Amino acid sequence: MIEILIVFIKIVCALVWFLLLTLYLTWLERKESAVIQDRIGANRASIFGIRILGLFQPFADAIKMIFKEDFVPAFSRKFLHTLAPFISFFFVAITISAIPFGDSIRIGERTISLQILDFNVGLLFILAMLSLGIYGIILSGWASNNRYTLIGGLRGTAQLISYEVALGLSLIGLIMVFPSLKLSAIVHYQGELIFGFLPKWGIFLQPLGFLVFLFAALAETKRAPFDLPEAESEIIGFFAEYGGLKWGLFMMTDFMEIIVVSTLLTTLFFGGWQVPWMAADGFHWPWGGEWLLSHWLVVVFQVAAFNIKVFFFCWLQILIRWTYPRFRYDQLMDMGWKLLIPLSLVNIVGTGIVMSIL
Amino acid sequence: MIKALGYFIEIIRGIVITSRHFFVNMFFHILKVLGIKTKRKGAVTIQYPEQKKEIAARHRSLHRLMAREDGKPRCVACMLCVTVCPSECIYVEAAEDPDLEMQKYPSKFIIDIGRCCFCGFCVEACPEDAIRMDSGEIDFAGYTRDDLVYDLDKLLR
Repeated sequence: MIEILIVFIKIVCALVWFLLLTLYLTWLERKESAVIQDRIGANRASIFGIRILGLFQPFADAIKMIFKEDFVPAFSRKFLHTLAPFISFFFVAITISAIPFGDSIRIGERTISLQILDFNVGLLFILAMLSLGIYGIILSGWASNNRYTLIGGLRGTAQLISYEVALGLSLIGLIMVFPSLKLSAIVHYQGELIFGFLPKWGIFLQPLGFLVFLFAALAETKRAPFDLPEAESEIIGFFAEYGGLKWGLFMMTDFMEIIVVSTLLTTLFFGGWQVPWMAADGFHWPWGGEWLLSHWLVVVFQVAAFNIKVFFFCWLQILIRWTYPRFRYDQLMDMGWKLLIPLSLVNIVGTGIVMSIL
Repeated sequence: MIKALGYFIEIIRGIVITSRHFFVNMFFHILKVLGIKTKRKGAVTIQYPEQKKEIAARHRSLHRLMAREDGKPRCVACMLCVTVCPSECIYVEAAEDPDLEMQKYPSKFIIDIGRCCFCGFCVEACPEDAIRMDSGEIDFAGYTRDDLVYDLDKLLR
């Protein structure tokens, strides 16, 4: 009974974290783009005249979307049209269950890992769910029964297929170095040191794999410079026939994908919740000396480290989105099939050679 | 290969430019929050309803009719502004003035701001300097089209 309760609490906490971060990423996107472009950004939403930098803006947006008309075009396939945003949303939202937020906390006799479910195939699970999310796009593009949405859906499919391969291949080198598909195990491996001072993070062992994964993951989020399925300026995109909350679900899916990609980058390449030189009982500096901390302080440090890393990657992705123009369709395909996949194969071979020498 | 390297350098340059803007602007925003006054600001935005930009001296804003010392309009209903107006938004109805020097005065002077294109030709055409566009008012939006029809009472200030 208490086990079920613990799992339930973990699910609620993770979802609240996920959805709040999603809401505030919309705020961050507006503010960050504004600061990049010497503007101020949305700052008018207020409750009783209190504005605090427009922090209520996401709630105002949400209220607006909830009360909008739930419009379904007469010419669409009604059932699939309604189903599509939920498929998109569900398959992204479920990935959070495999992400390790921290090591584990001890309450009395009980040890609770800060991860909803520690799959043996956690990494494959996340990749699979992200791939399944494309069904939402195909369905919305097709069921809207509109040429432009169909083009958007097809483009999305082509893009996702070509980048899915590179995404998977770029991680094989990582799995060779950290021999596990269990995300908690991968994070634990990254707690060790190389040469006695450098944290054994994925970025130091797999720099090429990191680059390929970063590009493929950016393409996975379907935002500029890879926003071919949406392409606001030309084809309007696969969700052209949606409005109100269903459109909101698609937008939320976009932002949730940013968070999932950030958590993946953090977990796989930047040590997840590992703080450099910190073990379960405190800091052990490489130049000698220790700084012992209590269990709870260590947990706070770990969760804070994870969050800071995730925030950094969210920030970086928004910066990238507001910097680069969109790829042309053929350039995108070229980059996927002719650059990223060969690079990831080179990475696998190189990793194999280095590992067999060492 | 060289070409690809060039692209790569440009990609890096792009992100350096945007992140430079971000960090420099954030630095000035933080200084402002901390209460340190600087000449440079984090953003070029003018927060409009609270903060207004000074209107240029030659800016053409809402029309006004000039009055004589006795409060009557200077206008002598010569119809030059009505003739010159490209949007045909001015309507003047003349009436006989008991003053022999003036002979005519406008009994009706209506400008439909909704049609006006703010070209300023009426001001140029007026021989009596009776109509000017220097009131400095720029926010005169209305809820209905009738709100934008300005008559003599509204124009003569």
